[in-house]
Amino acid sequence: MSKRTPLYDAHLACGAKTVDFGGWDMPLHYGSQIDEHHAVRRACGMFDVSHMLAVDLEGSGTTDFLRKLLANDVARLVDGKALYSCMLNDAGGVVDDLIVYRLAPERYRMVVNAGTADKDLAWMRAQGGAPRERRDLAILAVQGPQARAKVWDVRPQWRDDALGTFRAIERDATTVASTGYTGEDGVEIVLPAGDIAALWNDLRAAGVAPCGLGARDTLRLEAGLNLYGNDMDETVSPLDAGLAWTVAMKDARAFNGRKALEANGQRHAFLGLVLAERGVMRQHMKVSVAGGEGELTSGTFSPTMNVSIALARLPRDAKPGDAAQVEIRGKPVPARVVRPPFVRNGKALV
Amino acid sequence: MQFPKDLKYTKTHEWVRADGDSLLVGITDAAQDMLGELVFVGDVKVGDTLAAGDTAGVVESVKAASDIYAPVAGEILEFNGALETEPQSLNGAPYEKWIYRLKPASMADVAALMDAAAYEATLHPEK
Repeated sequence: MSKRTPLYDAHLACGAKTVDFGGWDMPLHYGSQIDEHHAVRRACGMFDVSHMLAVDLEGSGTTDFLRKLLANDVARLVDGKALYSCMLNDAGGVVDDLIVYRLAPERYRMVVNAGTADKDLAWMRAQGGAPRERRDLAILAVQGPQARAKVWDVRPQWRDDALGTFRAIERDATTVASTGYTGEDGVEIVLPAGDIAALWNDLRAAGVAPCGLGARDTLRLEAGLNLYGNDMDETVSPLDAGLAWTVAMKDARAFNGRKALEANGQRHAFLGLVLAERGVMRQHMKVSVAGGEGELTSGTFSPTMNVSIALARLPRDAKPGDAAQVEIRGKPVPARVVRPPFVRNGKALV
Repeated sequence: MQFPKDLKYTKTHEWVRADGDSLLVGITDAAQDMLGELVFVGDVKVGDTLAAGDTAGVVESVKAASDIYAPVAGEILEFNGALETEPQSLNGAPYEKWIYRLKPASMADVAALMDAAAYEATLHPEK
């Protein structure tokens, strides 16, 4: 049977249509995923992301361990700062992408994807780590221009005007982080599983829209944010998935996968596409540009731009502004190569 | 969920309404509910002559694309162009928003399609 988060009954009470995602029975939408999408861009929405796993790593040597485990460098962090990183295998492929928070010196928390959680834990242990699974915690993402104000309204004790972006504060057993997956301002709250239903209900009463995985996908794609399993996986280098900015190679740090990345270099361009005609681009469709063929890794309809957008792995020399042809149902349809993100803070950028 | 009794249905979730000597074809309430909010309806080629079961066009929601098929053999006479600009209007009124008009090779073929009760039964095969 599919796993359920502590908010499962609350989702049904809100009219959720659910779907299996990584072994979890999760809300796809609560009636209109397009309305949910707009709620996040224009006001505020909330997502139950308790299927994702919080993992704690602590004790002396943890920083050194993470500097070897992760392609980005946790030495960049100070207490309360977050970092996005890939965790690579020896071939330079992506085992998972994650966010790591430094809560104190030698005390870190990672949040990893639901579908990869067991594999990630096994990989960390095989590398000599001692990850502690925090299945006792739940996670609520509150996103949109009004997100902070709404959260502070219902939980004034969490307010911190100096929170900034990509940071986290701890309040008792709860962590409030200014991170997200939508291209909007917002927070992600990691809290004891028994506390999340009350928070959900209070935010609902404050007018925050429940949002499902459908809106989460269109929001992240508009924001140009990769989805593990679509845009990269164990066979894809972060350099070929638009994630070179997350790989810290300036010093001589020996992290997993580094040798393979250096040997292979970047072999593909990873860019966005905007369809010039009606229709919807989908994952795995073929795309042609002047330099050859490529493949769409994610595609959808953008509710903000009212056109279809996609992320694509393209020949190395492809660049923004190039013309492209996407094969949709056996027919070439013109598209334009752009540099993601497509949308940030409510505004179309391409 | 509604399945009007005056329509005929296919197992691929189209409905058919006789309109003079031609047919109006759309997708059922069950189909629009499974797909979710539609963002594209099209690829219907006026003038195409189709056999029963041939692809007549496509409906796409945010999450999925689904072909629509010819319920009986015939020629596509017209596409409901209003759906190009307002595909989502179909979700709210699946039996008003016909997708295309078909001139059937034989009106007699229509009689062989499923009625509402038979179609509804296909939606709950476990029962």
